Amino acid sequence: MPKDGGIGASSKRREDIRFLTGEGNYTDDINLNGQAYVFFLRSDIAHGVLNSVDTSAAEAMPGVVKIFTGADFEAVGSIPCGWQVTDKHGEVMQEPRHPVLAHGKVRHVGEPIAAVVAESLSEAHDAAEAIVVDITDLPAVIDMKEAVKEGAPKLHDDLTSNLCYDWGFVEENKGAVDKAFEEAAHVTTLELVNNRLVANPMEPRVAVGDYARGTGDHTLYTTSQNPHVIRLLMGAFVLGIPEHKLRVVAPDVGGGFGTKIFHYQEEAFCTFAAKACNRPVKWTSSRSEAFMSDAHGRDHVTKIQMALDKDNNFTALRTDTYANMGAYLSTFAPSVPTWLHGTLMAGNYKTPLIYVNVKAVFTNTVPVDAYRGAGRPEATYQLERLVDKCAHELGVDPIALRRQNFITEFPYATPVAVEYDTGDYVATMDKLEEISDIAGFAARRKESEAKGKLRGFGVNCYIEACGIAPSNLVGQLGARAGLYESATVRVNATGGLVVMTGSHSHGQGHETAFPQVIAEMIGIPEDMIEIVHGDTANTPMGMGTYGSRSLAVGGSAMVRATEKIIAKAKKIASHLLEASEGDIELKDGAFSVAGTDKSVAWGDVTLAAYVPHNYPLEDIEPGLEETAFYDPSNFTYPSGAYACEVELDPETGQVTIERFSAADDFGNIVNPMIVTGQVHGGLAQGIGQALMENCTYDSDGQLLSASYMDYAMPRASDVPFYTVDHSCQTPCTHNPLGVKGCGEAGAIGSPPAVVNAVLDAMRSGGKDVGHIDMPVTPARVWAAMNS
Amino acid sequence: MTQVKMTVNGKSASGDVEGRTLLASFLRDNLKLTGTHIGCDTSQCGACVVHVNGEAVKSCTMLAVEADGAEVMTIESVANADGSLNVIQQAFQDHHGLQCGFCTPGMVMSASALLKENPKPTEAEVRHYLDGNICRCTGYHNIVKAILAASGQDVSALAAE
Repeated sequence: MPKDGGIGASSKRREDIRFLTGEGNYTDDINLNGQAYVFFLRSDIAHGVLNSVDTSAAEAMPGVVKIFTGADFEAVGSIPCGWQVTDKHGEVMQEPRHPVLAHGKVRHVGEPIAAVVAESLSEAHDAAEAIVVDITDLPAVIDMKEAVKEGAPKLHDDLTSNLCYDWGFVEENKGAVDKAFEEAAHVTTLELVNNRLVANPMEPRVAVGDYARGTGDHTLYTTSQNPHVIRLLMGAFVLGIPEHKLRVVAPDVGGGFGTKIFHYQEEAFCTFAAKACNRPVKWTSSRSEAFMSDAHGRDHVTKIQMALDKDNNFTALRTDTYANMGAYLSTFAPSVPTWLHGTLMAGNYKTPLIYVNVKAVFTNTVPVDAYRGAGRPEATYQLERLVDKCAHELGVDPIALRRQNFITEFPYATPVAVEYDTGDYVATMDKLEEISDIAGFAARRKESEAKGKLRGFGVNCYIEACGIAPSNLVGQLGARAGLYESATVRVNATGGLVVMTGSHSHGQGHETAFPQVIAEMIGIPEDMIEIVHGDTANTPMGMGTYGSRSLAVGGSAMVRATEKIIAKAKKIASHLLEASEGDIELKDGAFSVAGTDKSVAWGDVTLAAYVPHNYPLEDIEPGLEETAFYDPSNFTYPSGAYACEVELDPETGQVTIERFSAADDFGNIVNPMIVTGQVHGGLAQGIGQALMENCTYDSDGQLLSASYMDYAMPRASDVPFYTVDHSCQTPCTHNPLGVKGCGEAGAIGSPPAVVNAVLDAMRSGGKDVGHIDMPVTPARVWAAMNS
Repeated sequence: MTQVKMTVNGKSASGDVEGRTLLASFLRDNLKLTGTHIGCDTSQCGACVVHVNGEAVKSCTMLAVEADGAEVMTIESVANADGSLNVIQQAFQDHHGLQCGFCTPGMVMSASALLKENPKPTEAEVRHYLDGNICRCTGYHNIVKAILAASGQDVSALAAE
């Protein structure tokens, strides 16, 4: 029987009421008295010398309040990067200055050059058209391999080249890896592209800056996944505003998928301009602006090789990746192709030797940073495409080859520096074979063939590292931040609780799921618990939501704070019950004395804490409020096995997803409905990457896919009903809830299954092309079929 | 500036707008009906769907002056008179048909227009009808399921949680 409350219940989401009735409070819904509007004039040239920006005509336009250019920001800091990678020679990465508004040069289409603040957005827009910008074009640097060649034009004159870093991992293993390849019975090689994507949360970014001259207080309302991170980065590194004079509010946020982690120029601009203009300044991104200013994702070009012995055991793996950084380093960009990617290259397999090389490259494109999965989809795609190719080259069953090489004993220390605590890859593969009805595939293929279609079946496994992360470890790896999470639990006199969390919900349903945990711990109804998040003024310093970390890290902080609450409440109860503290038990919202019928209700204890007339004041303080910061001791390692079944029309190259099955191991689960929904969403994004989404530039650096007319977003008719199962559960051993995280799995695990299925369909039609790059569009499939 | 008058959610509404002001902006900025969302600038995403004279319309494809004299219904008008969720809204909550909520008003307005034209749509008809509404969170599974459920069809076989 499903539970009707607490951990494991599919509690309906309380936040839905306001979203379904139009009463959400998104950043663009915030309008402050006297606010002005900003329009950014953005570069339409990818690379050039910015000779002059003449704003004189624009300043005379109606409604203009003030126009800003790069010169206005010379005294403020650079937009900071939050992670410093050290390369294989022990040198730190090259780190260019990233101005709020372009100064001296423009380096990508969409880079803001000037900002017009006006009484209305249309007046700001009109005035921007009267600004005269003089740019001397320079050759655009777009292709990563060309970018790092000797003599290539440099983006940043003060750097030695366009190479950000050349990272080797684990460098000491390289010799042994190369030797294993020399001794291999078989080597499979694969070259592939992980296509550049745009995250495209449906809510475009918005920033509203406000300044109170009377107190010197700044407020920024922004579409962020982590308001405290923005406060720290922008306050300390860009504008020099101390945290106690800067409040950052991220109210309802309409999806993030990574791209709303980062600190952007527009946030710093609105905060700065609000003081300079002495009035609130609001920016609302258009979708077209979003395409050329939101950090993009993926964009890796990789050569990967597997060495196998004569019995088809994996003996070594090596990879060579070029990772696009874009024109500047976005907040966590350097970490994505390195520590979030290289450490996952073992996947689900006991490959004993691994070497990963990554060259991160600057190009005249929008900065690239974390997008749902961040490094882990890239690792999974390479590895799972490679394993499939191994199987076909060797003439063995792809599932059998995977099973043969599975890690089966835990904990397992990989050769790429992480230790998986738990997992059961055999169980998730067994479950996948069951739910995908692999046994019925042959009959379904026949049905497709009777219609003149080809049908393909593809599988893959995945492992991910979530719940980022132990602060001392990531500090050693170059993070310029801690990665703990926080919670303050405030119990009110009448027994209700308010939990102020550093996590941020932008679709994940924290307001529903987090109370389920506390309700279970105390034994009270979920509706007695309220979650507060997204405002630095009323939440403890927290690192926010990304990397499937909220429940594993933020939830753990909440558990620790609630444990402190319960411990204190037991002291109060023991006083009220005149019993020894050690005999007090909490169950179903009441404290009782073990072995007696004496008890006191939760509400009586909380009332006593705030009306301490009969209270042990000599031993404990009044009140009932506790804070905890939780720093995880390891990552968590969700895993699973996915299967995709496609139908391919050989006449047109059109591929349709007929079935998609996902068997995941997320450890313990708090709200199965929400978990399933997270997987669904990830699957659509992974299927989108595999079949249709592609962010492309021409050789001049013009962004060709800059609107929903050109960038193919998955629509309802592009995807099927999914079959999702998460009954395989190996709880995490090192957090109090035993949870692993589920937010990114769908996006990580699905692209290789889709491409493996397409290749299987093509083989069934007599065409074995070995590999096809994403997105697997009809044009590419048709060309491959007819090559 | 031109003055426009229309009936919005059963009440008369008026305001001065520029010729280029979109209906979506008029609703959000002039009338403060911020439930109607703007997710793109090419009339692709459908977050701004409202009903104009009973038809589903992307309010970013219509100028405010074009809606002069029209009957406009927005997401704010959908709930039952006592404030409880209507059948479609309730189905979206029951079947987890929303996550971040940003596309949701447009989805609900499109779904209600669909069910008015076609009270018992098939899965394929629902998916086809929603092609003008983009959701990035749900993968559409639970949106389609919610709309089928709202039409009174049995969805119990679809990945119940």
